[in-house]
Amino acid sequence: MFGVVLIAFVLTRVIPSDPAAQWVGQRATSEQIEAASIELGLDKPLYVQLGKYLADLFKGDLGRSLRSHQPVSAELKAYLPATVELVLVSTIVAIFLGIPLGVVSAKRKDQLVDHVSRFFSVGAVSLPTFWVGMFLQLIFYRWLELLPLGDQLSMGIKLTCEIPHITGFLIFDSLITGDLVVFKDALAHIILPGITVALYPIGLVARMTRSALLEILDEDYIRAARSYGLPERMVLWSYAIKNSLGPTATVVTLSIGYTLVNTFLVEAIFSWPGIGSYISSAVISLDYPAIMGVTIFSACAYVVLNLIADVIIALDPRVRV
Amino acid sequence: MSGYFEVKNLKVDFKTFEGQKNVLDIDSLALDKGETFGIVGESGAGKTVLALTILLLLSAPPAVIRSGSINLDGENLLQKTEKEMQKIRGRNISMIFQDPMSTLNPVFTVGEQIIRVFKNNKRITRKDAQKEALRMIETVKLPDAANIMAKYPHELSGGQRQRIVIAIALSCGSEFLIADEPTRNLDVTIQAGILKLVAELQKELGVTVLFIANNLGLVSAICSRVAILHEGRIVETGKVKEVLKDPRHPYTLTLLNAIPRDKGEKVNLDNIVFKDSENANEKGCRYYYRCPEKKDLCRDTEPVCRLIAGTHTVACHMAFKGGEAGGKQHTEG
Repeated sequence: MFGVVLIAFVLTRVIPSDPAAQWVGQRATSEQIEAASIELGLDKPLYVQLGKYLADLFKGDLGRSLRSHQPVSAELKAYLPATVELVLVSTIVAIFLGIPLGVVSAKRKDQLVDHVSRFFSVGAVSLPTFWVGMFLQLIFYRWLELLPLGDQLSMGIKLTCEIPHITGFLIFDSLITGDLVVFKDALAHIILPGITVALYPIGLVARMTRSALLEILDEDYIRAARSYGLPERMVLWSYAIKNSLGPTATVVTLSIGYTLVNTFLVEAIFSWPGIGSYISSAVISLDYPAIMGVTIFSACAYVVLNLIADVIIALDPRVRV
Repeated sequence: MSGYFEVKNLKVDFKTFEGQKNVLDIDSLALDKGETFGIVGESGAGKTVLALTILLLLSAPPAVIRSGSINLDGENLLQKTEKEMQKIRGRNISMIFQDPMSTLNPVFTVGEQIIRVFKNNKRITRKDAQKEALRMIETVKLPDAANIMAKYPHELSGGQRQRIVIAIALSCGSEFLIADEPTRNLDVTIQAGILKLVAELQKELGVTVLFIANNLGLVSAICSRVAILHEGRIVETGKVKEVLKDPRHPYTLTLLNAIPRDKGEKVNLDNIVFKDSENANEKGCRYYYRCPEKKDLCRDTEPVCRLIAGTHTVACHMAFKGGEAGGKQHTEG
């Protein structure tokens, strides 16, 4: 974690740019820039700057954005829910589509269903996200005119309706407040980016479930369970699947990390107002406190997800001490 | 023989890259209700294949059931659909598997595994199933049943696990039990305990047991009749006493001679050699290359099971020529 902070910090500072000029704006005099650079502590040596940054970090202060002069942590908080919503939705979709796909595939190994599902999984994993995103836009927006192009809500809805704001997850908020108009609109908007993001984890989960199950279905205890006359339904969906859950859960949690980064790209394509949009504009304008903030957040997320993966593995009674 | 359970003319092949290989070819095998019938053979003789064929649980490729019938109470199992078979498994036939380490599902408590079997086969509530499961664990002589119920398989010892495996097989409540080397992988004292348990339960519950083993000693301890399986064929069968006292097939003899009886006795293991697929005799007697008594006749014609005395049958050309006194003195060249 400290390593991530250190590298990100040094890299953003080494990149030739003039943060002080950013801070005061385009039409600043050289005196103003000078004053700003003292205010931001840029005149001090790098290690002093780092020390101050770290000290602030411990207090939860990520510094202020060079463009908006707002605290980065506050901005992150504002952009985060949209991204998390997208990641959550696509992960849930991945679990509920990927696992059954893998199970069916393993059950009907080498039959048509299996071939189709494997073809789909390989495709889902290997197709580049930006291509899928734009392709979906082309089909569903341009040709079929079924779904909106991008953003989280239509302009009309944004202007006419009161947007509920409780957890920040739009779908969830509009549903619990019973605001069906907003809910429907939000749902329509999340479908395309959701599918785009979910595609990779679906393929991954399906393949993982399939290979884990194939191994397990050959085990003696599965044969034994059948010999006791237990229905095939129970053998497959309970006895076998519970054994395969370990590897699958690990893959799911780790793929959330990948999904998170993937989301940044997808958000840019669908102009989704999340962290991805935030970081891409931050990078373009070399807003280094913002870049640092997002980097630290992503690193944190990875660490937490790894921890969750370990916890899930530990749920297996064989691993438990 | 009333024919409660009958296997007739059963041929099972395995498909391999080199073509189909016959692994099981049983002309006839019949069990009476309530008896304990032993099947003995070396590793790879087809014992487990036989057990799994009866339950129709062989993995479909590579196994192919070429012909034959398996009758249980007058119904041919080989003609059942998978759905019907699912009902027969557990309810009519159940099986004790040979490896207690891998037969229990590692992510469920053993209690849960017994309860599920009870619930499924007897259609009772969870609470009743729980009580039954407790009783069943006591039946297989495991102390502290309530505690054991909550344990995962890896927390139990090999002997305990084997008892649980037996408990699950019995929980099905079926009258026909296949015990596939239930004492394999266990040390001798625990073996004895498990054997005693199987014998007692068999008497108590009146179930019919097909007891598979690779050790004639075990079989003689609890079975009334025995069949010797060699390369998928029954080479000798009869009452345990008949076969042990008067072994006619050279293979049976080899098996018996391989058991040391007295301290320091030299055991002849010459004929206990690994099967050599290069030397497999496809046309005649399968034992041809290992047999000390072989004749040209054995190479070309496969011997069929013939009655010797009482219920004792042997599939060996040489068993009838001058072999009154049995195999031990069977020296005629």
